[in-house]
Amino acid sequence: MSFLGLFLMVFLVIHLGINLCLLRNDGGRWFTDAATFMQTNYVIKVFEVVLFAGFILHILIGIILQIHNWMSRPVRYKISNQTTTPFLSKYMIYTGGIVLIFLILHMMNFYFIKLGWVDNPISARDNGEPDFYQIARLLFAQPAYSIAYIVLITVLGFHLYHAFQSAFQTLGLDHKKYTPFIQGFGKVYSILIPLGFICIPVYFLFFFI
Amino acid sequence: MDLTLKIWRQKDAKSKGKFVTYHVKDISPTCSFLEMLDILNEQLIQKNEEPVTFDHDCREGICGMCSLYINGRPHGPDDAITTCQLHMRKFKDGDTIVIEPWRARPFPVIKDLMVDRSAFDKIIQEGGYISVNTGAFTEANSILISKEDADLSMDAAACIGCGACVAACKNASAMLFVGAKISHLAMLPQGAPEAKRRVLKMVAKMDELGFGNCTNTYACEAECPKLIKRSNIARLNRQFLTAKVS
Repeated sequence: MSFLGLFLMVFLVIHLGINLCLLRNDGGRWFTDAATFMQTNYVIKVFEVVLFAGFILHILIGIILQIHNWMSRPVRYKISNQTTTPFLSKYMIYTGGIVLIFLILHMMNFYFIKLGWVDNPISARDNGEPDFYQIARLLFAQPAYSIAYIVLITVLGFHLYHAFQSAFQTLGLDHKKYTPFIQGFGKVYSILIPLGFICIPVYFLFFFI
Repeated sequence: MDLTLKIWRQKDAKSKGKFVTYHVKDISPTCSFLEMLDILNEQLIQKNEEPVTFDHDCREGICGMCSLYINGRPHGPDDAITTCQLHMRKFKDGDTIVIEPWRARPFPVIKDLMVDRSAFDKIIQEGGYISVNTGAFTEANSILISKEDADLSMDAAACIGCGACVAACKNASAMLFVGAKISHLAMLPQGAPEAKRRVLKMVAKMDELGFGNCTNTYACEAECPKLIKRSNIARLNRQFLTAKVS
């Protein structure tokens, strides 16, 4: 669970790097080049399979563990727990569930179009490949879609806020000198990554000409 | 102080329990929480009613027997103490206090507020010890142990096995307890030879008994009366992973 989570967090950085290419006002040339590289490079293609397996395993293990955890306390307390604990740590299954919904919608808007499972909303490029730059521009130009995207990415940030340091704890990587750094880095990561993603709909809503 | 108590009453393990409301009057703020329950029980006995059953023994905060979930917190509204060290000055006149037993599948209610915590003993039986050959004592200084390791081991050994970690955890996980038992032996040279077998067997038993999984909310650490640290859970995870792959 923790290992897969860390793997997915590395993927998020790469994904953000490609998405930020959308901010360059070059008609999507950088973004399209990056997307083409990701679709055609053989090493990336192998990692794509690993990535999907990682997502599915992370979700399945999370659900199985949560059901087991609920079963561990068949009779609930009358007064819910008043112990002071990190707020977001208690709601990982719920933030994770919302991220899963986002993931499905996101796949339908982009990846499933590539696979041909979902109709392409706009005309394809000359080589027949879907034009993801135009699709992204079309989607982010809709305020409702952009607001939903920002809200869901914020929830992803909530999930990451606890996830980063928690993954290290679960892997037993605890050290009196390095753990405070990991905790701090996790907080910065969980704020910067969602902010990076949120920049894109904000750009298309307010600054794109 | 006049107080309203809502106490979980359950005749035996198989019966269905319910909350019963009691009123106690003229309780001194200097009275301990268990003494307050003693006063309630005296009143109940005088009225020919069944007294409330609850666990207690030393009443000095060292045996780990007392185990009450008071107003949503194991051992009540104070930090780093057991229920027997909780005093009524922590409450206000006219307060309503809800008292529940520990809730966890491996800790079934025996009667009222008393739960069966023998699941902890079963985990200890799987490896929470060192095998020693009998014979003459060895010279203490023949095995050198760093002060830091000795301190970490002693900190972990402070665990009294009360079960507050399980009671506080949203998943009813026993990872802090098992982490402490693993750590206090594994930090010392005498515990090292059996470390791999110990961690694998104790974790397997913990899972078998139905404790939940750790999701690192750290409620256990916040409620531990002996201030056992989360780093013991990390050490348990580290030892478990190392033992699994080696």
